[in-house]
Amino acid sequence: MRELLLCPPDYYGIEYEINPWMSRARGTEAPLAQKQWKDLHATLSNLECKIHLITPQPKLPDMVFTANAGLTVGKKFIPSNFRHKERAGEAPHFARWMEEHGYEISWLPENLYFEGEGDALFGGDALFCGYKFRSDIQSHRAVADMLGCLVISVELVDPRFYHLDTCFCPLPDGAAVWFPAAFDEYGQRAIREHISDLIDVVPEEAVHFCSNAVVLDRVIVLPEGAPTLVAALRERGYRCHELPMSEFLKAGGACKCLVMFMPQRQAC
Amino acid sequence: MFSETIELRGHIIDSLILPKVLDQILTHGANFKIGEIRIGKKRADQSFARIEVSAETGEALDELVLRLRQHGAEVVERADAQLAKAPADGVFPRDFYVTTNQQTFVRFDGKEIEVRPAMMDSAIAIDRKKRAARAVKFFDVRKDDEIIVGHQGIRVVPVQRSTSGTDLFQFINTIVDADEPKSAVIRELGRELQRARNAKGKIAIVGGPAIVRTGAGEHLVRLIESRYVDRLFAGNAFAVYDVERALFGTSLGVNPDLAFARGGHENHLRAINTIRESGGIAAAVEKRILTRGIMHTCVIHKVDVVLTGSIRDEGPIPGVTTDVVEAQKIMREKLADVTHVLLLGTVQHSLAVASMLAPTVNTVCVDIDPSAVERAVEHQPLQSIGLVTDVEPFLRELADRIANRDDTVGADRKQ
Repeated sequence: MRELLLCPPDYYGIEYEINPWMSRARGTEAPLAQKQWKDLHATLSNLECKIHLITPQPKLPDMVFTANAGLTVGKKFIPSNFRHKERAGEAPHFARWMEEHGYEISWLPENLYFEGEGDALFGGDALFCGYKFRSDIQSHRAVADMLGCLVISVELVDPRFYHLDTCFCPLPDGAAVWFPAAFDEYGQRAIREHISDLIDVVPEEAVHFCSNAVVLDRVIVLPEGAPTLVAALRERGYRCHELPMSEFLKAGGACKCLVMFMPQRQAC
Repeated sequence: MFSETIELRGHIIDSLILPKVLDQILTHGANFKIGEIRIGKKRADQSFARIEVSAETGEALDELVLRLRQHGAEVVERADAQLAKAPADGVFPRDFYVTTNQQTFVRFDGKEIEVRPAMMDSAIAIDRKKRAARAVKFFDVRKDDEIIVGHQGIRVVPVQRSTSGTDLFQFINTIVDADEPKSAVIRELGRELQRARNAKGKIAIVGGPAIVRTGAGEHLVRLIESRYVDRLFAGNAFAVYDVERALFGTSLGVNPDLAFARGGHENHLRAINTIRESGGIAAAVEKRILTRGIMHTCVIHKVDVVLTGSIRDEGPIPGVTTDVVEAQKIMREKLADVTHVLLLGTVQHSLAVASMLAPTVNTVCVDIDPSAVERAVEHQPLQSIGLVTDVEPFLRELADRIANRDDTVGADRKQ
C-alpha cells in the first residue's frame, strides 16, 4: 500500500505571487478549495492508499502542496530548500514531521535550492530533476550523491511550468506523459534518450496541469480538462480519475502538487 | 582575450549538460578548451569536466559565465598574481616575472587580464586604475610601479599549431638548406604574402646592406611598387648603400653591374654628404636629387621606414635613430600590428626584430649563413621559415612570382 502525505487546505489562499498563475486580486474560494481537496483525499483513500496528514500552519498557505516538502527514498527524507522566502517557513515543519515519523533527514547545503518531489521524479532507473525556476542544478548533484542514483537534469523554460511535476509525469510501464515545450532542446533530447515511450500533452490540456497527476500503479488521478490525454491513457489500460482542481490551479498546483509519496521509491 | 576556468560535475553526459554548455560558449562568440574530462564508468557515477572559456571582452566573459553557472558551471578560483614595487627607475623588483613572447594572462583582483603586448624578456607592470597588464622593458619602469613577481596567477597560452595544412608557415615550419630547392617555397610565400595583403595584413622587411650590394635592390623596389611592403627596418648602412648606388652606381665602392670593379669609399661618403646636405632622404627625393633606388621608392610609396644606427656608422644620415633605447621603442611600436616579416641578409637586426615579435607573426629569414638563419628561426619555432641562400636570387624569384600573379589578378579584375 502506497503511503502519501497531504496537508489540509485550512490556511490555503493566494497571499503572495511567486508564479505566473498566482494573482492576489483573483483569490481563491475557500469552501470550493476545501471541497476539491476533500474529493482528492477521498479518491486517494478509496484507492487503498494510506494517507498521512500534516497539521497546516497559519501564514504558510502553500503548505498544502506537500509534493514540494522534499524527496523521500526508502526511509531517507531530503527536505526542500525553498527558493522563495514565502515558502521557506514550511521546511522545518515538514522535516520535524518526517523525523517524528521515523525518517532519516538528509539536509542539503543551505545555498542549494531544491523543491523536492515537485522537481524530482523517478522514471525508469533514473531520477529526473528539473532546474532553473525553483531548483538549482547544483542541488541535483548533491541529491545524486545522497541517493547514489543517476540524475537526469533538465532545464525548464516556460515559467508557467515552473516545477518538473507540472509538465512531466513518469508512468509505471516505463512511459511518461510530458509537455515538450516546457523543456529546452537539450532537456527534450535527454528525456527522449532515456524514455522511448512518451505521451505528448497538447498545449490546451497542458495548461490544465494534466501532467500533474498522481500515478498509483494502473490508476491515475489527474485534474479535469484533458480529454485527449485521458483517452490516450485509457487506451493503454490506465484507469483515470478526473478531478476539478480550479482553486489550486490559481496557485499553480493540482493533484500531484497536493501529494508527496512516502517514499517515492523504496531504493534507487 | 579574457578567460576563466569552469568546472562541471554531475551526470553532465546523460543530461546533455556538457554539450549544452559547450554550445552556449560557441553561440556567444566565445571559445573553449577542455582541460580535463573524466567520464563516470558506472551508470550512477558522476562525470567531471574542466573547461577554459575565453571571450573577447571581460564583460562578455562575465555575462557568459553567469549563464553557464545556471547550468551548474562553477568558476575555479585562482590565486591573484603577486606584485612588488619597482625599487628605482629602470630597476625591477627582485624575482620579477620574465615574459616569453607567448600570449600571457595574469590574474589580478580575481579577474584574468591579458598582458599586452606579447613581448619576450620583459617584466609585467599592472595599472590598477586601468586594470591593465603591460609588458615593460627596463627603460619603461619607474620607481614604485607595480611589477609582477613569482609565477602565481600567471597563465601562458602557447600558440597552437594549425591543423589546416593550408598555411605555408605552419605547414613547412623549417629551414631550407643551401643545397635544397627553394622555388616551391618561394612560390608559396608569394601566395601567402598576397593573401596577407588582401586580408589587410602588414608586411615588414628587415633588410641588410647585402640586398643592395648583391644587386637585389631592384627586386625589392618591385615588391614595394606592388605594395607588398608596409614597413622597412634597416640600418644607416643599408640606406647609404642604396643612395650611393642610386647616385653613383656603386655601393661601398663596388659596382654590382661590373665584374671585379672596385673603388674606394669615396662614393659612400659623398652619398652621405649629399643626403645630409639635402636635409634627409625624403627631402632629397623631393628635390629630385634622389630619383631611384629602394629609399626613393619607399618615399614615393609612403613605406614606413625605421632606420637605426650602429657604432660603425658613417654619418649618420638624418632620420637615423642613434639612441638604442629610443630605437627599440620605435621598432616595437612599428612592429605591433605587423603580421608578416621578412628578415633579409642581416643577422643582428634580424635577431633584434625577432625578439620583439609576437608569436603569431609569420617570419621568413633569408641569409647565406646557416647559423644566422637558425638563430632567427629559433624565436618563432611555430611560425617561421628559414632559407639558407643568397638574398639576390631569393628576392628576384619572389618579385617575379608576385609580378606575374599581380598581372593575373589585374586581368581578373578587368573582366
